[in-house]
Amino acid sequence: MTMTKMIPTPKFEPKFEIENVSRRRFIQGVTAVGGLVLAVRMLPSAAYAYETGAGHRAEMGTGSRTTLPLVVADEMEADWSRVRVVQAPGDEKKYGNQDTDGSRSTRHFIQPMRQCGAACRLMLATAAAKRWNVPVGEVEAMNHEVIHKASGKKLGYGELAADAAALPTPAIDKLTLKTEAAFRYIGKGTTPTVDVYNVTVGKATYGQDVIIPGMKFAVVARTPVLGGKLVSYDEAAAMKVAGVEKVIKIDGTPMPAKFAPLEGVAVVAKNTWAAMKGREALKPVWDDGPHKSYDSAAFRKEMSAAAAKSGTPVRSEGDADKALGTAAKVVTAEYYLPHLAHATMEPPAATANYANGKLEVWAPVQSPGGTRDDLAAKMKMKVEDVTVNVTLLGGGFGRKSKCDFAQEAAILSKAVGAPVKVVWTREDDIQHGFYHTVSVERIDAGMDAAGKVTAWRHRSVAPTILSTFAPGQTHEFPVELGMGLIDNPFDIPNMRMENPAAESHTRIGWYRSVSNIPHAFAIQSFVAEMAHAAGKDHREFLLTLIGKDRIVDPRKSVNVKDYWNYGDPWETYPIDTARLRRVVEIATKEAGWGRTMPAGHGLGLAVHRSFLSYIATVVEVAVDAKGNLTVPRVDTAIDAGYIANPDRVRSQMEGAAVFGMSLAKYGEISFKNGRVEQSNFHDYKMVRIDETPAVTHVHIVPADLSVPSSGVGEPAVPPFAPALCNAIFAATGKRIRNLPIADQLST
Amino acid sequence: MISLQVNGQQRSYDGDPSMPLLWYLRDELAMPGTKFGCGVGLCGACTVHVDGGAVRSCQTQMSEIQGHKITTIEGLDAEGNHPIQKAWRQAGVPQCGYCQAGQIMNAAALLDSNKNPSETQIAEAMAGNICRCGCYQRITAAIKAAATGA
Repeated sequence: MTMTKMIPTPKFEPKFEIENVSRRRFIQGVTAVGGLVLAVRMLPSAAYAYETGAGHRAEMGTGSRTTLPLVVADEMEADWSRVRVVQAPGDEKKYGNQDTDGSRSTRHFIQPMRQCGAACRLMLATAAAKRWNVPVGEVEAMNHEVIHKASGKKLGYGELAADAAALPTPAIDKLTLKTEAAFRYIGKGTTPTVDVYNVTVGKATYGQDVIIPGMKFAVVARTPVLGGKLVSYDEAAAMKVAGVEKVIKIDGTPMPAKFAPLEGVAVVAKNTWAAMKGREALKPVWDDGPHKSYDSAAFRKEMSAAAAKSGTPVRSEGDADKALGTAAKVVTAEYYLPHLAHATMEPPAATANYANGKLEVWAPVQSPGGTRDDLAAKMKMKVEDVTVNVTLLGGGFGRKSKCDFAQEAAILSKAVGAPVKVVWTREDDIQHGFYHTVSVERIDAGMDAAGKVTAWRHRSVAPTILSTFAPGQTHEFPVELGMGLIDNPFDIPNMRMENPAAESHTRIGWYRSVSNIPHAFAIQSFVAEMAHAAGKDHREFLLTLIGKDRIVDPRKSVNVKDYWNYGDPWETYPIDTARLRRVVEIATKEAGWGRTMPAGHGLGLAVHRSFLSYIATVVEVAVDAKGNLTVPRVDTAIDAGYIANPDRVRSQMEGAAVFGMSLAKYGEISFKNGRVEQSNFHDYKMVRIDETPAVTHVHIVPADLSVPSSGVGEPAVPPFAPALCNAIFAATGKRIRNLPIADQLST
Repeated sequence: MISLQVNGQQRSYDGDPSMPLLWYLRDELAMPGTKFGCGVGLCGACTVHVDGGAVRSCQTQMSEIQGHKITTIEGLDAEGNHPIQKAWRQAGVPQCGYCQAGQIMNAAALLDSNKNPSETQIAEAMAGNICRCGCYQRITAAIKAAATGA
């Protein structure tokens, strides 16, 4: 999510224009097909260059570098074994939106990629028909060759590529897309990812792995408190360390500073180890500045006090306050979710070479186009003089959308006059992140004597991502509000959502699933709490709240401003309660909801729509006498519309269960004296293989091409934690309202 | 001067003896297949074999490996067709892939010492390797497949 995406965005309209960029010599032909390069031009000036398939989206584990080229290859009737994927450098004028986040690679690009492939197929067929002097209608392109059945003539794509590249690009209305039945790769999920061989033999190159001749290695000591300034450091001591070549100060930028580097001092050395030892000798002294008193325990009390009072209304229907006053029973609960760090397995790293007024960077960035713009601005260069090469990403989760590490590398390369790789250590990563927000969610609900919910009031208090970009931002903005708070689909006559103010004292950033995590945790835990209070089955109670099949349109409610539907048109992706209900029914049926559980076992349920997909998860938990929890089984049902690559959807669902369990069980970044208290995997723990869910069963709701594809990378995370905690309640009677679970179950 | 073998090749090193093997491999030998994940032996991304056993290269100083034989992911199998590597591809284990070199090296060492490990033994042996993408279910399946030749 870039700022442009966060500001109410122009609606995505599926208008495409395909351009034959090989004729403009954008890219030299490097593929089996020779020089045929097509780009899809999309609003406003977006182009997607494909050399049979060029990956314009960053690969961080979701499989988009495989799936989108696979779509092109299928439509163009290419033989996948002869396709080579070339990663596009950062250039949004040429390649279009490259910002790989928001779970939108497939949903935004499956159709343009199909059209691009179909255009290639038609151009190759046309080239062959011309060569043979027959009508194009008599030839057929299939499996990497064009065939003229009447004469038995055949020509391979490689032999035709140069001719095809010289042809004008066909208009969209001249293209014939393949039928679903004719797909060989799309929707099959049988194709290994393009990088899997290299990954298994250690030849896949991530940002940390870049090697440039003559390069230096750097680590940076950064201010431990946001906005802190360097007072002094022992340069001489660092320089005494063998292998250390230079010590360079990096100036911080007054907050809010978007992705500008933090104030720090870098040690540049012959190797990473020498740089690390040099940094230990620096002994920097800091002037901590205004955020030095940030204390998570105290801040939580502030947020809780804010949640106890009325705040800015962000959606209203009926009169929730009045209905709460007259309800037969009122249920109230407050939930707390701390900051989280992304902790990608690959800590941030970037290599830069500044030479002769040009800058070239190699980095694991989710947004290479944005990185290029930020680098140009920071280095006061023209964008054309900056090249950003995208490596594989060893995990992204939103952290690698923020290019502070690439800017550091650029500054250092210019300062030392050599290529420099900046390596972030795990401690750097945990202590200098762009953290997932911290939040207090308070819900008050009223029921009538029959247990029907008549009133719902949800107050969400959380520092906003906008505070990283602009001063004075204390309220959730439409993107955050639209992630589960105001798009609540429940059938309740009196609803009121409020957003009291919260200050930010650290860099708040987006983290896989973003505000859906706290909103869904609160709402889906609370439904189980209400069901218990009403003496009803959780599943039945939830389905009653979801209500009859209908479209829920929050835009029609009072106080909803600039409703954000994940940047996509409402008409294409409305909130459809039938789809929400269906995933609940599938997940609970498959999990055997209602079955007799052994002592200490429980089933928990949660459902959530996010990134335009509908996901329900049932977690089975077992809690032993000491409070140790294990997860024997997870059932996740996903309705993400048409699925281009089922295997990668399954892997995302499996992974989201582990990711969700890590944040539920352990995830907490806390501040004391303005400093992050955690530093590495001993105190910022991850779920390991000996505690992971034993098995995650994935149930994909079948959909044909008429159902638009929606997000996959993020939406399975939000329902996991509430499903787990609801299961814990079912197993033990202990309600977890504060994450992480940590030692709350210890007896 | 420290002598060692890396993937069958004789090497000598006369730099800082406290340098971890990890940085020697990555920076000095330009072999980045062995990954940096935490630097303190908590994640397993840097796992290599020293004389056939799985070792965290970030916790192994150069001074400790005089005369030892190191195998990295690049040298596990000349064609990349160790049964574990093949099983990994067959099961589609990797997502981002960054931790997988360490996972594979650890799994290969496990199979060397236990030809047919149970799920519990797999979990115990692999618990030192973190996968943030959460590929554990497929890691277990791939190790079982490699062990049984399935």
